[in-house]
Amino acid sequence: MKPKHRRLTFLALGLGLLAIAAVLVLSALDDSLVFFMSPTEALASPPQADRAIRIGGLVEAGSVKRATGDTSVRFRVTDLATAIPVTYEGVLPDLFREGQGVVVEGWLGADGGFTAREVLAKHDENYMPPEVAEAIRQSGYWQGEESEGAQ
Amino acid sequence: MIVEFGHYALILALLVALVQAALPLAGAARNNTAWMNVAMPASLLLLALIAIAFLALMRAYVGSDFSVQNVADNSHVLKPLLYKLSGVWGNHEGSLVLWVLILAIFGAAVALFGRNLPATLKARVLSVQAMIASGFLLFMLFTSNPFTRLDPAPLTGADLNPLLQDPGLAFHPPLLYLGYVGFSMTFSFAVAALIEGRVDAAWARWVRPWTLGAWTALTAGIGLGSWWAYYELGWGGWWFWDPVENASFMPWLLGTALLHSALVAEKRDALKSWTVLLAILTFAMSLIGTFLVRSGILTSVHAFATDPTRGLFILALLVVAIGGAFALYAWRAPQLSPGGLFRPVSREGALLLNNLLLATATATVFLGTFYPLFLDALGAGTVSVGPPFYAATFVPLMVPLLLAMGVGPSLAWKRGDLGGALNRLAVAGGISLVAAILVWSLQTGGPFMAGIGFALAVWIAGGVATELATRIGLGRMPLPASLARLVRLPRAALGMTLAHLGLAIAIVGMTGSSAWVEERIAVMRPGDKIELAGYEFRLDGVTRIDGPNYWAFRASFGVIDDNRTVATLRPERRFFRVQRRPTTEAGIRTTGFADLYAVIGDPDGEGGWTVRLYREPLVPWIWAGILAMMAGGLVSLSDRRLRVGAPGRARRALPATENA
Repeated sequence: MKPKHRRLTFLALGLGLLAIAAVLVLSALDDSLVFFMSPTEALASPPQADRAIRIGGLVEAGSVKRATGDTSVRFRVTDLATAIPVTYEGVLPDLFREGQGVVVEGWLGADGGFTAREVLAKHDENYMPPEVAEAIRQSGYWQGEESEGAQ
Repeated sequence: MIVEFGHYALILALLVALVQAALPLAGAARNNTAWMNVAMPASLLLLALIAIAFLALMRAYVGSDFSVQNVADNSHVLKPLLYKLSGVWGNHEGSLVLWVLILAIFGAAVALFGRNLPATLKARVLSVQAMIASGFLLFMLFTSNPFTRLDPAPLTGADLNPLLQDPGLAFHPPLLYLGYVGFSMTFSFAVAALIEGRVDAAWARWVRPWTLGAWTALTAGIGLGSWWAYYELGWGGWWFWDPVENASFMPWLLGTALLHSALVAEKRDALKSWTVLLAILTFAMSLIGTFLVRSGILTSVHAFATDPTRGLFILALLVVAIGGAFALYAWRAPQLSPGGLFRPVSREGALLLNNLLLATATATVFLGTFYPLFLDALGAGTVSVGPPFYAATFVPLMVPLLLAMGVGPSLAWKRGDLGGALNRLAVAGGISLVAAILVWSLQTGGPFMAGIGFALAVWIAGGVATELATRIGLGRMPLPASLARLVRLPRAALGMTLAHLGLAIAIVGMTGSSAWVEERIAVMRPGDKIELAGYEFRLDGVTRIDGPNYWAFRASFGVIDDNRTVATLRPERRFFRVQRRPTTEAGIRTTGFADLYAVIGDPDGEGGWTVRLYREPLVPWIWAGILAMMAGGLVSLSDRRLRVGAPGRARRALPATENA
């Protein structure tokens, strides 16, 4: 085999692999992308029932109710304009607290209730997840300063 | 005063680095020996100055000097000494000082031990190293000064993020940085070779130890990070495809490819320009990994907006370093002499396939990590890419790679005999089929992929075992003769065997733990019992304990098997006083084949506690596999041909330094 042919063979092999990867990536992105919405947006344009979404907002003060005996928790996530009731089965993250920013991932039911498969509250009390800040800013109830810390 | 001393040393270091970047390069172009010789004392001076800066910062931490902003933001008087020390690199500014310190150590190592490198190549390598150092020092001095003073000084500090106050994470960043910076060395060699217009086997022999060392350190760093996530985050998982994890995984994947292509460049003088390109790409990923994790952009593009100077500086640095190297590559690579010929079915061919697959897999991880950022930056909505994406893209690409990995070592260089190799591997293939069938028939309700994972692991292990047996003539000659051969095998070959075996072990662990983890979440009161995986977990009680800068609830679980207490698990939920945040410490007891794992959550206010209990099968195998891979890297590194100073350009007699 001449060097030129050899190089072409490998080039073809490489491009073929990239094509396979592209197909895999595109189909996976279609299936596994999770879109983020504010509570107002989610109720205004509900996603397909089987499609997981993320909703961000504040945990409404006084809304957290733990069931006795099992581990399910109910609370409401609000962008201060709209609140969505959330049920979650499991242990809440270390930083979950009423009045704090939170992102929940799961499914929005036809009744407007949200079943969370994951609750994220990664940030400290001085800091709001940027998505949550954005959601609240959009709802028109933003009162914080314009620049929040990035740590 | 000492703080200002450190700051001053950093400024001097920048000046030295600028001189070291310019003079030796110009000297090499004009064949001016005096200018080239500047590189050696300059790199030693650079190391001394950066070491002074690093020690000054460390002293500020140990002495809790809160007039330094960096210390005030990240330390506290009550913090244990270990975390005062690790706090130095537990933040953006300090971690950059550590980065350039390692860079300077490596540069000085080349200056000191690279006596038999061709003079022009050595001058150019050190000059490129100094360019990288200048970039980092400029960035530090203008946007991320670790020595900024506070006036008035606060009485106490804000403490280090409690999640980082952990022995595992204390050494995670230095190991990662050893890896990242090690790849800066191969990058410098690649750029120097492009300027020189020559890549030969001697060059590849110089690049290999740096790649090996960097790869080993990166493997250790990623392993440590994964282990930390496993016991500290309390979710029972060891890999989350988090952008921060991916940022260190991408250089590892490309570094693994580089390790293999450098082998071809060294042994067969082929794939040279591809090796150079990989060296550039690997360092590009290391740079991205370094900057993007600590700059905060990975949590959100908005983080960039909060400190635009820093963001723009990082972008400019990436563009200059990566873009410059690519431009140089496009210009010079076509002039590199073409290398040795080989057929598609050969060891070279298999290694090239390995490279293509690893590079493609890196591309998918890159897309998954950065796609949400692109969308967000374009204002096209906020999305997240989770583990299902990687399961659907990365994993399918790994299957052919692992299949080829079983055959590759058994193929000959230049012209391989696939039929013969497969014949020899028939036994390994048979056993892996049996393994898959065993898994499928024994598991109840586990995923189909579990069988595939086990079969692939056995296939890889069988592949290296067969190759080793053939190499030492096991069965074809008397046993003592075989053993004698085994002892005389080059260390590099033993290293490969160990590392491949390590990957096989780790795959068993990854497959088993993903497929058969058992989990219970419940509310328990002291005295309650819960059945899980044939064990009985009994909550014996919860007590309050005090740590140096935190207090904690510590639960005590008795694990009962056949009326016998086989383990006591003591998970903790810690509350850090200064930062007022809780952290989780899982209680883990390993049997070697599985981990019993308990986490305690919040009290329910009525005497009960939320708990998570797991039986994590085969997780210890992941750590064992990673250790074996590291051991493989180290053994390979100890090969005398690779010892720094050993290789001469034309395999001359061993230089005097070797015997001294």
